[in-house]
Amino acid sequence: MSNSYIFKRVAYGLILMLFVVVLNFLLIRLAPGDPAVVIAGEMGGATEEMLEQIREEYGLNKPVLTQLAIYIGNVASGNLGESFFFNKPVAELISQRIGPTILLVIVAQLLSIFLGVFLGVLAARKPNGLMSAFVSVFATVGYAVPVFWTGIMLIILFASVLPIFPVEGMQSVRLRDAPWHVQVLDVAHHLVLPAFTLAVIYLAQYARLSRASMLEVLGSDYIRTARAKGASERTVLFHHALRNAALPILTVAGLQFGNLISGALLVETVFNWPGMGRLAFDSILRRDYPTIMGVLFFASAMVVVANLLTDLSYRLADPRLRGRT
Amino acid sequence: MSQPTPTPQKAPEMPADTPDAAAQFVARYKAESPAREAWRMFRRNIPALVGTAMLMLIIGLTLYGTLIYTGDPFDIVWAPHEAPFVEPDFPLGTDYLGRDLMAGLLSGGGPTLAVGAAAAALTMVIGISMGALSGFYGGWVDNLLMRITEFFQVLPALLFAMVLVTLFSPSLITIAIAIGVVSWPQTARLTRAEFLKIKELEYVTAARAIGAGNGRIMWRVILPNALPPLIVSATLTIGVAILFEAGLSFLGLGDPNVMSWGLMIGANRDYILDAWWPVTFPGLAIFFTVFSVSLIGDGLNDAFNPKLRER
Repeated sequence: MSNSYIFKRVAYGLILMLFVVVLNFLLIRLAPGDPAVVIAGEMGGATEEMLEQIREEYGLNKPVLTQLAIYIGNVASGNLGESFFFNKPVAELISQRIGPTILLVIVAQLLSIFLGVFLGVLAARKPNGLMSAFVSVFATVGYAVPVFWTGIMLIILFASVLPIFPVEGMQSVRLRDAPWHVQVLDVAHHLVLPAFTLAVIYLAQYARLSRASMLEVLGSDYIRTARAKGASERTVLFHHALRNAALPILTVAGLQFGNLISGALLVETVFNWPGMGRLAFDSILRRDYPTIMGVLFFASAMVVVANLLTDLSYRLADPRLRGRT
Repeated sequence: MSQPTPTPQKAPEMPADTPDAAAQFVARYKAESPAREAWRMFRRNIPALVGTAMLMLIIGLTLYGTLIYTGDPFDIVWAPHEAPFVEPDFPLGTDYLGRDLMAGLLSGGGPTLAVGAAAAALTMVIGISMGALSGFYGGWVDNLLMRITEFFQVLPALLFAMVLVTLFSPSLITIAIAIGVVSWPQTARLTRAEFLKIKELEYVTAARAIGAGNGRIMWRVILPNALPPLIVSATLTIGVAILFEAGLSFLGLGDPNVMSWGLMIGANRDYILDAWWPVTFPGLAIFFTVFSVSLIGDGLNDAFNPKLRER
């Protein structure tokens, strides 16, 4: 993998982010009403003085293109504006909330990939077996269940019937001062239900996809060769076949990341998880546009980074692509 | 994925040399049209038929149910949190305000289905136009349109839709537009791939040779042959759009004056530990609707791709 390739990809990612900034700007401009009032938020009850200050800061009295330049300049220097609801810079608000979201999304992603691929491989071993039927049914059902509803059903189950997992928040208040390893376990304990809820949909999809992909690979000559030389079934499945069947899974995993963040937004709301999605939801109800735009910016940045990593790991996984730029 | 070809026929015996026998021969061995073949396959697919029946039942209930079971779903008609299957007047019980859940379920289906269908239609129109232009013209057109597609894939769809709905005040129409605007990229990619493949085929060259223009080739020659995977994708898009609408209404970003399944779940969210039924029934309704749509989608996929069936 050449450095120039990485450089090109990173530059492309930055250009995409620039367009996200432009879109944010356009959205504020296109919203009905005075942009200064939009930025201040309807809940703020902004004074004329405050509006004047906003007009000054965003250059709203200047031509539109100058405004755009000012806005891009602000974002580039890390200034995403100020939330007039919290009276805090948006960047600071988001930096407090982005960690829990990343944790939730990554754990859910890994859980769904590993469990899904495992189920898919088991199913591919017997294309007409019970496991295959289960995977097909599970994939169709998993696709059709609204993610927020799964969460609510799990809360009902685990809050009243089987109270073994916490159903709300990320930490127990009484453990705030506990030693760090207790706190880590506590967060993990809180993470079980949200991560599982978020993982279920994608788990089903990965199971179906890896089953199809494995079946295709299992028909090829080198699998027959591996079997002929006496490799054990497990080696054939997980060593020879899965390595080749994994490429489409990787592609889909990268593409799914944006959907995963959308799903996280709902899951965070249901489980009161203190992440960016929850912040976005609260801010939308308060019409706190600078915060909403900040979340949109950071969420898109997460997708860009995830796509970049997928792309690079794809090249590591597939030697045929390594030489190309 | 490939465009449907007539089923290969085993070499028949030569017919007797009379016009009548020849006509019989032609009628008997005439290639079945792709659509007919797909329909024959679909008819044999039991899950797909179950899905079709389920969806028709749901559509029927939402269209005609409110005519028989009258009553405003927003009216407070009874004590709050009446259990289901107890009071014959309120078969599914009441919610936290004492609103009739059966009325809500029946009248909430209409908006959910309408927004889902409209959003899916918009998704297909944008996606197919972008993908077709991109795949057909190639070059800088392709480059530009694909960059736009990638840009839209970077935006987290639900968040973007939330922003659009909030900025332009929620109504069924803005919600449908917002969902359509955020979900077309996958359709565009699929259409582009089909166009790239089909435009190299001989019948496209033949169409060009007899003087067909670009527009005619795109929409009358290539598009019909690209339809099978697009129809499957449209079906799945309807399911996704319904889930989307439900998610937005659940968050309270739907039209507040229209009852919908997502809104019912969202409104009763704070009381789930007191009463399970107000959130369970609308959730089941969403599930069965999307489930039936995806059974139909799978059935169509199998019907259009006989080769995939053994998987």
